[in-house]
Amino acid sequence: MTIDVADRRPEPRADNQDPDLFGQTPSQTVGPFFHYGLPWKGGADLVGQSDMGARPELFPEAHYVLNLSTPTGTPAGEVIELTGRVFDGNGVPVPDAMLEIWQADADGRYFGEPGSDPHFVGFGRAATDEDGRYRFRTILPGAIQPGHAPHIAVSVFGRGLIKRLATRVYFDGRTADDAILSLVPEERRSTLIATAAGAGVWSFDVVLQGDRETVFFDL
Amino acid sequence: MSYRRDDAGAPPALFPDYGSTRTRAPMHAPLRVPQTRTETTGPTGWERLMGPALADLTTQHVGAPQGQRIIVAGRVLDEDGRAVPNTVMEIWQANAAGRYIHAKDQWDAPHDPNFTGAGRVVTDAEGRYRFVSVRPGAYPWGNHRNAWRPAHIHLSLLGPAFATRLVTQLYFPDDPLIEIDPIANAVPMPYRQRLVARFDMDVTEPNRALGYRFDVVLKGREQTPFEEDDHDH
Ligand SMILES: [Fe+3]
Repeated sequence: MTIDVADRRPEPRADNQDPDLFGQTPSQTVGPFFHYGLPWKGGADLVGQSDMGARPELFPEAHYVLNLSTPTGTPAGEVIELTGRVFDGNGVPVPDAMLEIWQADADGRYFGEPGSDPHFVGFGRAATDEDGRYRFRTILPGAIQPGHAPHIAVSVFGRGLIKRLATRVYFDGRTADDAILSLVPEERRSTLIATAAGAGVWSFDVVLQGDRETVFFDL
Repeated sequence: MSYRRDDAGAPPALFPDYGSTRTRAPMHAPLRVPQTRTETTGPTGWERLMGPALADLTTQHVGAPQGQRIIVAGRVLDEDGRAVPNTVMEIWQANAAGRYIHAKDQWDAPHDPNFTGAGRVVTDAEGRYRFVSVRPGAYPWGNHRNAWRPAHIHLSLLGPAFATRLVTQLYFPDDPLIEIDPIANAVPMPYRQRLVARFDMDVTEPNRALGYRFDVVLKGREQTPFEEDDHDH
């Protein structure tokens, strides 16, 4: 009596396919080499007309597999630039961070919600440059409901960040009566508020660690 | 509606053995606030945003890449076991020699002109995904003397909402470097095993490729409404 060798299987091991261990897959850092895998051409332009967002100088053209986004039309609302720098605990700019934004359209509706702007997905991704600077071109979001001020959700990734950091950008002069901002200790609120830096330009720095540390949220 | 928070397997922000966390990890605990539609909604429309899927990393160039061809397959689920359909998984990795095409990767292992190491797949209605690649090599890094990363594939998932965003790394079973790697070790045992794929004869294809199964589990929906004093730290 022989068994069919083709049906032999190794013993299962304890992993996430094991019901006893099943649960949230833990987070790991993006590391320093994400630039050819994650940011895509146009990823930082949510209005959809440029190729900003990627760092193509960091890898050969032959390896460019990340396609330009294909906008369907022009979204409604005021076009703004959201820009700033990312700093570590020593005040040194972080040249290998990646930011993602997620936001509502000009009327405060998220993509896919009834009546949302079909030409505005509201999701973008940008790598920081050698000076730690990121740049997005997007639409000034509307308030999502009464009691909430206009804001943009931000995720920060990078070498040394085992988990993404989640924060929010509010806009100076438009922060009254926000249900979330009012839960932030008053002395730290300013870390969440972008300041006007010229016509249509909003400045928002991210400080990962230290005295001026940005408020990050538990998600 | 809201999503659950980190479970016991979540790594800390500061893990001193992983040197770059020392100047980059926030010192304040993250602030817990109620979730709003900002956190419970998320993007869709991957093709429009990022272009078509690239599920085979071995056919992006004129020739075949060097190394052991592999298939990685599994499901994207939430922690209640529900499928997460139509979500994008982005993939990047080193080549078989452990070298990235990235200009800042200065290790002297050879580049492979036939391997970029980047791709993306979208899960089907049952949350299934599958991609073809080569097994990445281990590579040295500057964290400490004689530091080597275990072979790994970087995976990035959006999931249904801003709250479910996950970037992780897949490791290979029986790699002795996992248990001494500071990045993998930031995840306490036994939860570190959730990052290790399973060699699977049902994913393996005769005369073609070794198969690994790896299910990715995202945060599930909150069972009860959010209450400020209903949690422990
Ligand atoms: Fe890596």
